[in-house]
Amino acid sequence: MRGEKIFRADVAVIGGGPAGLAAAAAARAAGAERVLVLEREPLAGGILNQCIHDGFGLVRFGEALTGPEYAGRFLRAAEERGVDIRTRTMTLELTAERRLRTLGPRGYETAEAGAVILAMGCRERTRGAIQIPGARPAGVFTAGVAQYYLNRQNMMIGRRALIVGSGDVGLIMARRLTLEGARVLAVVEKLPYAGGLARNVVQCLEDYDIPLLLNHTVTRIEGERRVERVTVARVDEAGRAVPGTERVWACDTVVLSVGLIPENELALQAGAEISPLTGGAVVNGDLQTSIPGVFACGNALHVHDLVDHVSAEAETAGQSAAAFIRAGTAARAEDRLIPIRPGAGVRYVVPFFLRPGARSLISLRVKEPMSRRRIEVRAGGRVLAARKFPRLTPAEMVRLTLREPAPPETETVEVMISDD
Amino acid sequence: MEKRFDVAVVGGGAVGCAIARELCRYEQSVVLLEKESDVARGTSGRNSGVVHAGFNNPPGSLAARLCVEGCAGFATVCRELGVPYSSTGKLVVALEPEDAPALERLLAQGRQGGVPELELWTPRQTRAREPGIASCGALWSGSTGITNPILYTVALAENAQANGAEIILDFAVDAVDRAGDGFILRAGERALGADFVVNAAGLYADRVAALAGDENYRIYPCRGEYLVLDKQAAALLRTPVYPVPRPGVGGLGVHLTPTVDGNILIGPSAEYIDSRADTGTTAAVIERLWEEALRLLPALAQSRVVTAYAGLRSKTVPAGAQNFGDFIVEHSRATPNLINLAGIESPGLTASLPLARLVCRLLSEKKPLKLKADFRPERQRGEEFRSSPPERRRAMAAADPAAREIVCRCETVTRREILTALDNPLGVRSLTGIKVRSRAMTGRCQGGYCQQRLAATLRDEYGVRPEDIRLDGREAWVFTGEVK
Ligand SMILES: Cc1cc2nc3c(=O)[nH]c(=O)nc-3n(C[C@H](O)[C@H](O)[C@H](O)COP(=O)(O)OP(=O)(O)OC[C@H]3O[C@@H](n4cnc5c(N)ncnc54)[C@H](O)[C@@H]3O)c2cc1C
Ligand SMILES: Cc1cc2nc3c(=O)[nH]c(=O)nc-3n(C[C@H](O)[C@H](O)[C@H](O)COP(=O)(O)OP(=O)(O)OC[C@H]3O[C@@H](n4cnc5c(N)ncnc54)[C@H](O)[C@@H]3O)c2cc1C
Repeated sequence: MRGEKIFRADVAVIGGGPAGLAAAAAARAAGAERVLVLEREPLAGGILNQCIHDGFGLVRFGEALTGPEYAGRFLRAAEERGVDIRTRTMTLELTAERRLRTLGPRGYETAEAGAVILAMGCRERTRGAIQIPGARPAGVFTAGVAQYYLNRQNMMIGRRALIVGSGDVGLIMARRLTLEGARVLAVVEKLPYAGGLARNVVQCLEDYDIPLLLNHTVTRIEGERRVERVTVARVDEAGRAVPGTERVWACDTVVLSVGLIPENELALQAGAEISPLTGGAVVNGDLQTSIPGVFACGNALHVHDLVDHVSAEAETAGQSAAAFIRAGTAARAEDRLIPIRPGAGVRYVVPFFLRPGARSLISLRVKEPMSRRRIEVRAGGRVLAARKFPRLTPAEMVRLTLREPAPPETETVEVMISDD
Repeated sequence: MEKRFDVAVVGGGAVGCAIARELCRYEQSVVLLEKESDVARGTSGRNSGVVHAGFNNPPGSLAARLCVEGCAGFATVCRELGVPYSSTGKLVVALEPEDAPALERLLAQGRQGGVPELELWTPRQTRAREPGIASCGALWSGSTGITNPILYTVALAENAQANGAEIILDFAVDAVDRAGDGFILRAGERALGADFVVNAAGLYADRVAALAGDENYRIYPCRGEYLVLDKQAAALLRTPVYPVPRPGVGGLGVHLTPTVDGNILIGPSAEYIDSRADTGTTAAVIERLWEEALRLLPALAQSRVVTAYAGLRSKTVPAGAQNFGDFIVEHSRATPNLINLAGIESPGLTASLPLARLVCRLLSEKKPLKLKADFRPERQRGEEFRSSPPERRRAMAAADPAAREIVCRCETVTRREILTALDNPLGVRSLTGIKVRSRAMTGRCQGGYCQQRLAATLRDEYGVRPEDIRLDGREAWVFTGEVK
């Protein structure tokens, strides 16, 4: 592009949520000089800025903070470390050569970065994506949008609501809407168990007598202009509505909490391999994607339930990015990678590969609820990590640190669940 | 005394808006009355957006003739009006060897009707054009194209307005009283007068005619459902692909249509229903749409749906009837100075301007029409960030602070484009009105990112109270008010 000014950075972090802020601060601490955070919102902090309830930081700080308070700590830490935080700046393009195009107060610009960290967070699955049949009246919101309207814009979305899906944000919105005077009729969940954390089921539904209808789904939304009625039916084991079990609920609002999807348009544009299991990039133990010098963390990598874990993961990405620019591209390309295989009952494991000799942190989710199990990470005959769990649910991410690195000759590492 | 016009057009669909615009070429006062809060909220906003070549209709029929004429002029009109148009061509594919004779029949029918650029293609030629389609041959139509039917209709309305027509929204005509040789049209408490009425009310054409004392029509709604696929599937198809039409199914069959915006449509189904307002989708049809789509293009199996919608065909023949319901455009046989259009189903979008010219001819039989010297057919279209090359993007951002902010991230819509949409000449302020004009809220997150920003803009910059914000239409409220 003629007359184009290109700005350079050692590390460019895309997204200034808790992941991006922690990654940037860690990259600076690990020696990267010019670290940029590119955040499209006027204020960094990510989704936490709309989470005014508390319960953040219990793991990390041993304190119950609100979302903005938790984010504020990381924002200050990043600023103190001299991270250049550019708000109102959206990254529109990314190439495998780590060239970025951004749009913001400084105009339409091009950047070249020594390393890039993907920290774009996630978006919500929509009604269209799950194909709920019926009319398309006003009054159907995803839970995150509803949360934004109430908490950031002070706008109330309805009077009688049905919540579809039992993800954490939906549970929290059931309580929030009730506190604001709306009547929440029920939470409808297709699976035989709740999608959100057990503590949210208790604190947001049971404490307010909101019924949780497991094994149920919405088969139809009606209403010419605004939602008027919603039909709910029981589902069989294959997840199909059972005829004759329909019940019609009169309501004016439907809130959907049916899943979060890692935000990865930019990763795809750059050509990074995306996992169908997580929706995020395929990464190794350093959280490097299939593109050298491009790292990923936070909800852009896989959807987290606790922000505390996001921060820890992001610090790894920041350190890896700093190490990458110190070592240069060539030094890393030859490393042999050991694949990690999720065993029976394991939905996914992040990372997807380990470097021999590296002592990584492993995150995983199980496929369904189970109790009294032991999870082992094995390399051939060796146990690299093991822990017992009285209870495991898909809602709660499991994290294990390897006691010892995988030996160099390892073919594959396996993550196994066994009866305790 | 109520305001008087020479001509009142009832119905702000593609056809009514085209008529209003064409009427503005002549020295007369024109008003367009639409019951919804925007134009193109009826069938004109709920179809395939295909500019048909004209080989699907019986040669000699009004539909066939006006379709060929409309198709020939469509690209030019889109250029005039600043509406997206893409000359894609179209394939009707034979999935089974038994389908081949039907292709020959369509070819013969098209040639007889004067449709240009028709050819029979071998499976290999077909594959060269659309590698994902496994066929036993196809009919290629080179003159078929695609457009955005909503922007087309909006553009016609805006251009009519710029040329002097008055466009009145939220005006649901509920009485048409005779007053001398003319009429008083009423909507609740409101009323206005007109010497002539053109009834372009689509699905409600029979009712509007009846209001004016003409009971000669009956419309049968026939629903067509669609799925809209994520843009990630765009590379799988560049041409509209249709199966061989099956007689008696009430439509052209479930087909695949790329849109000018880069999505793929699957649909429509064809199902007679009782309601004229039920544009909802159904589980059973959604399942069938997928089956039929995968028969045409198996590679779609991995693609994702962003949304679904349905449109209603306004048929003049009931379910099961084998006869073809042609377009009806005529002087009312019961009421003087009333022109009725009925049964304007596919290819009514394609034929909208020829239909409008036909209405002008009918009108000129009743009163002299004198061309206006200052009619301006052109309409300016705002610049799009998304489709601009990097140099242009840089210049746009340098010149305009509102072009430095992306409001809709899926479709890359800038704040400037949102403001332009909000300041539309028809004065439409609904979220859907902004959506169709700017593409905000139409991408894969379906407004998850931008709808809050649109609502905030309405409230904070346009002074609309939260309880007055509408999705679409007067009863489609979004908020009860402020959080207490
Ligand atoms: C609605 C919602 C509610 C939640 N509630 C809780 C809760 O109560 N407790 C809890 O522990 N966890 C909660 N979570 C989990 C939460 O996602 C994580 O804890 C944490 O916020 C994830 O951090 P992140 O930085 O990965 O993503 P985010 O917080 O989503 O941050 C991503 C940031 O990237 C920016 N961005 C994205 N793309 C671009 C781009 N192209 N250019 C520039 N900037 C970009 C975004 O604007 C955003 O600021 C919630 C998640 C959601 C979606
Ligand atoms: C599923 C489907 C697919 C199609 N695909 C194509 C295609 O690919 N190509 C093509 O060329 N054609 C296609 N068509 C046909 C095309 O969409 C229609 O022919 C065309 O849109 C008809 O336009 P219209 O203006 O007559 O009707 P409409 O768009 O329905 O407009 C009528 C208007 O009148 C208003 N109205 C009704 N009653 C009143 C009243 N009392 N007072 C005030 N206003 C009133 C309504 O609100 C409405 O806006 C398709 C149709 C369907 C249903």
